[in-house]
Amino acid sequence: MTLDSKVPDGPIEKKWSNHRFNMKLVNPSNRRKYSVIVVGTGLAGASAAASLAELGYNVLAFSYHESPRRAHSIAAQGGINAPKNYANDGDSVYRLFYDTLKGGDYRAREANVYRLAEVSGSIIDQCVAQGVPFARDYAGYLDMRSFGGAQVSRTFYARGQTGQQLLLGAYSALSRQIGTGGVKFYDRREMLDLVVVEGMARGIVCRNLKTGAIESYIADVVVLATGGYGNTFYLSTMAKASNATAIWQAYKRGALFANPCFTQIHPTCIPVSGDYQSKLTLMSESLRNDGRIWVPKKSGDVRIPSQIPEDERDYYLERLYPSFGNLVPRDVASRRAKEICDKGYGVGKTKMAVYLDFADAIKRNSKQWIEEKYGNLFDMYHEITAEDPYAAPMRIYPAVHYTMGGLWVDYNLMSTIAGLFVIGEANFSDHGANRLGASALMQGLADGYFILPYTLGDYLAKTKFKSLATDHPEFKKVNTDVTERVNKLLAINGKQPVSEIHKKLGKVMWDFVGMGRSEKGLKKALKLISEIREEFWNDAKVIGETDNLNIELEKAGRVADFMELAELLTFDALHRKESCGGHFRKEYQTPEGEALRNDKKYAYIAAWEYTGAGKKPKLNKEPLTFEYVKPSERSYK
Amino acid sequence: MNSILAFYYSSIGKKVLMSLTGLFLIVFLVEHLIGNLLLFANDSGKMYEAYGDFLVSNPVIRFIEIFLFLGVIVHAILGVILWIKNRKTRPVKYKYFRLKDNSPLASRTTIWTGIVIGIFLYIHLKSFFIPSRFTSQKVSSYELVMHAFSNPWYDLFYLIALLVLGYHLRHGFQSAFQTLGLRNKTYAPFLDMLAFIFWFLIPVGFAAIPVYFFFYHQAVSTMIMGVH
Amino acid sequence: MNFTLKIWRQKNQKDAGRFEMYEVQNISPDASFLEMLDVLNNQLVLQDRDPVAFDHDCREGICGSCGLMINGRAHGPGRKQATCDVRMRIFDDGQELVIEPWRAKPFPVIKDLVVDRTAMDRIMQAGGFISARTGGAPDANSTPVTKENAEESMDAAACIGCGACIAACPNSSAMLFVAAKVSQFALLPQGQIERKERVQKMVIQMDKEGFGNCSNNYACEAECPKGILVTHIARLNREFLRAKLV
Repeated sequence: MTLDSKVPDGPIEKKWSNHRFNMKLVNPSNRRKYSVIVVGTGLAGASAAASLAELGYNVLAFSYHESPRRAHSIAAQGGINAPKNYANDGDSVYRLFYDTLKGGDYRAREANVYRLAEVSGSIIDQCVAQGVPFARDYAGYLDMRSFGGAQVSRTFYARGQTGQQLLLGAYSALSRQIGTGGVKFYDRREMLDLVVVEGMARGIVCRNLKTGAIESYIADVVVLATGGYGNTFYLSTMAKASNATAIWQAYKRGALFANPCFTQIHPTCIPVSGDYQSKLTLMSESLRNDGRIWVPKKSGDVRIPSQIPEDERDYYLERLYPSFGNLVPRDVASRRAKEICDKGYGVGKTKMAVYLDFADAIKRNSKQWIEEKYGNLFDMYHEITAEDPYAAPMRIYPAVHYTMGGLWVDYNLMSTIAGLFVIGEANFSDHGANRLGASALMQGLADGYFILPYTLGDYLAKTKFKSLATDHPEFKKVNTDVTERVNKLLAINGKQPVSEIHKKLGKVMWDFVGMGRSEKGLKKALKLISEIREEFWNDAKVIGETDNLNIELEKAGRVADFMELAELLTFDALHRKESCGGHFRKEYQTPEGEALRNDKKYAYIAAWEYTGAGKKPKLNKEPLTFEYVKPSERSYK
Repeated sequence: MNSILAFYYSSIGKKVLMSLTGLFLIVFLVEHLIGNLLLFANDSGKMYEAYGDFLVSNPVIRFIEIFLFLGVIVHAILGVILWIKNRKTRPVKYKYFRLKDNSPLASRTTIWTGIVIGIFLYIHLKSFFIPSRFTSQKVSSYELVMHAFSNPWYDLFYLIALLVLGYHLRHGFQSAFQTLGLRNKTYAPFLDMLAFIFWFLIPVGFAAIPVYFFFYHQAVSTMIMGVH
Repeated sequence: MNFTLKIWRQKNQKDAGRFEMYEVQNISPDASFLEMLDVLNNQLVLQDRDPVAFDHDCREGICGSCGLMINGRAHGPGRKQATCDVRMRIFDDGQELVIEPWRAKPFPVIKDLVVDRTAMDRIMQAGGFISARTGGAPDANSTPVTKENAEESMDAAACIGCGACIAACPNSSAMLFVAAKVSQFALLPQGQIERKERVQKMVIQMDKEGFGNCSNNYACEAECPKGILVTHIARLNREFLRAKLV
């Protein structure tokens, strides 16, 4: 398959505006004749559904939650980037474009990243108009802060709850449309398959989680905004229900999956405390502004931190990266923490943690100063661990946090299936191999508010649609497929709860496909994953009925797909014989232990094509060319 | 729908009516207490009697009186309606519900304290208001009071009723201002102070009357005993 | 730690429902309440018994999905916590824990501890927004907001829509929930245009859904995991009066 990115011609700063002019429009009075399915109503989905309904399209929005406000976008803490240059510190669209591309280790499409930077300013305007209570300064203007990977203050925030406030903004816009009938909202529906009729995405089949009914819905286009697949690792900062089923089934119906191995591991999470653990809690990256990361110089040191004298501590980030110190990008900080723990210097009961120490900051400023700045995070840490972080250093460890990979989309955000658009974290688009802080909210909303509403209209205007009904053979077939899958899961009747098998999968993924990947490890992972899959289909226990709310069945379906995705993720990691961003191959590093990119061979997007059950996926490459930013080694020394 | 009617039918509208009638009744209590304090004037009830006569004969007072009764009735009926309606919002009750961890007793018992106050009001009106207002022959209101409070059981009942009234006001006073939207950061401390005056000092003021007359009688009877 | 659990089981909306007793053993004091229920559920699955359905998602106190009545208290005995924030160490070893769903007429039980809270969404749909359509918004800094108002607006906006205020209210009143949204917008210049309309529509919908009256018990404030204050209810009342009568 040749991948056409459909990036418009012209200079980078003109591409989007030219493209917008060249796109065909749908006459306002004709828009109501078109229907759009939007699956997932987080930041990207809610903003898209609301914006499309405002334009006049008939929108059907689906969520497995009872309410769009439950989407995991809500958990984003830090902020959202926009090059408003309100701080007068030299920010510009071009600088945000540059930082994002560099931060992504030159594995993203230039044109997409530029467009993202270009529209991001409008997001802030839009959100303010919606009543998002961003932080303000004493003059009443918006306040900004700086964030990892940038030297300007361009991050807008609403306390430590920016994601919540932005999601609630999009939710309010969506609610308004639901209220007026512009959007029909289907709650507690989980998309289980995509219906492709004559090469065009024309509908979905989903399970009504309340009644168990398998339902089919038809539209002219389908938009997936179903988030990332971090839960493949079992333990992650993702919400429990976050899953890959929608994008995975779309992949199996012909959409390509791009760069699945690009996963982001966040350095500052609360470490795992036991086997029962169901998820990991993130602590905002902003903590690294004032906390110092260290481990004891002596491996296996069991003294309590206050008894370890200064000269017996290793502030390893400050040692390795004198200029960025504790503020190196996420991937670097995470990898170094893992390395040092693997060497036996870890702290805490499990030895899988490093200290994040605020003693100096407290001494330098005051406890009150820290309290004002980080009070809620300190409270959260205290609540979870029962330890007082004002008195003793926090223990932190990296955790899976975001997946840069996702379904391949062109410049118009359309996948390789005509009429299937993918937005937000579900697509692979703008972050390359590593995402910078405060960029996820930016991308989700850019896609939903300011990109998709244009490109989707263009597709509608250019396409002829046959009218369909759910008794169309293709719908019937997919409906049967889904029903069979559900019955198959319920028929396993083994001896292990689904979550136990998921845990096993997660452990393999974390150990071998996590931060330090090697050929040997990845090959081992492939073998183990297939064993676990076997185990799942033979020994899982999925009980309950199909005509009712069935939490075990929901989990089982998701885990079944994670296991397949895990394999693809590992394949991708194995094939990419270089280190870049969140993908670190032990074989490919500089003598100082930094990621060693191979631009000659791997400056491309790896888009995987499904070739059938049990068959090796086919690799398609979209070469990346850099006309504006010359790839260089990322250095934070 | 007429907007005033719509206002009444809304949940907030009913509560506003509750708070307005409540505050109106509280204002009456202040007036009532001030008048009753005349009982303490050491003049064998002359000023008190004059005050009573004024109340009975003044047409303005008589006019306001209608609203006073209307206020009581609306407040009581609406209170009961709301109570019944609110109970229906939870058809399946909690097996364990520790509301007491989260809210003061006074706030949870207004319906019961209200009913006690209602009973009290009935007895109270029967012993003081009806004789002085609806009987043809002239009665001395001072004597009425003297006589009623000579009964220690009546005094006790009266005191308990006042305690309950205080408790009712303890919730009611601040609640009224909350419902009217007047409790905010600026006013709240002031309102809390004011609330104390109302829920504590007013009932205490009223309570002083039976206590005073009880001891007065004690004193008088011991005096008489002493003479014998 | 060991616990005896007395959990409300209800197959579906029509089922009458009942309490059932369970035992869980060797629970880590550091485990969260929901993780304890995970352990129970795995145990039940292995015994071929239907696991207990409960809503949960982010497990970090922000999505508002989880909501259990634990020993008579919404989100358990702690303050400013969602159910997922509750750690087992706060209970006594061997303690009996009674777990019930949120109970209110507008919150019908879907199964076991899962209730349908879409009534809250319908209130939002009635007016919980500023009608700013995508595009055409003026530059963000053209609308200054005093720091004080922005902060107070944010205090209100912190609502996670979990429904604890309603569950904890003796009258199942949704006033704190509605107040949080009305207050958030009433404090911002952007919210002024639809100020009167918004509060009326939201209150009408709230009443239509069958939530009770506010009797100023303030149990909602005590149980709110985000510490939203009842002063916002006062503001809601004020906004409503102003809209209706001024």
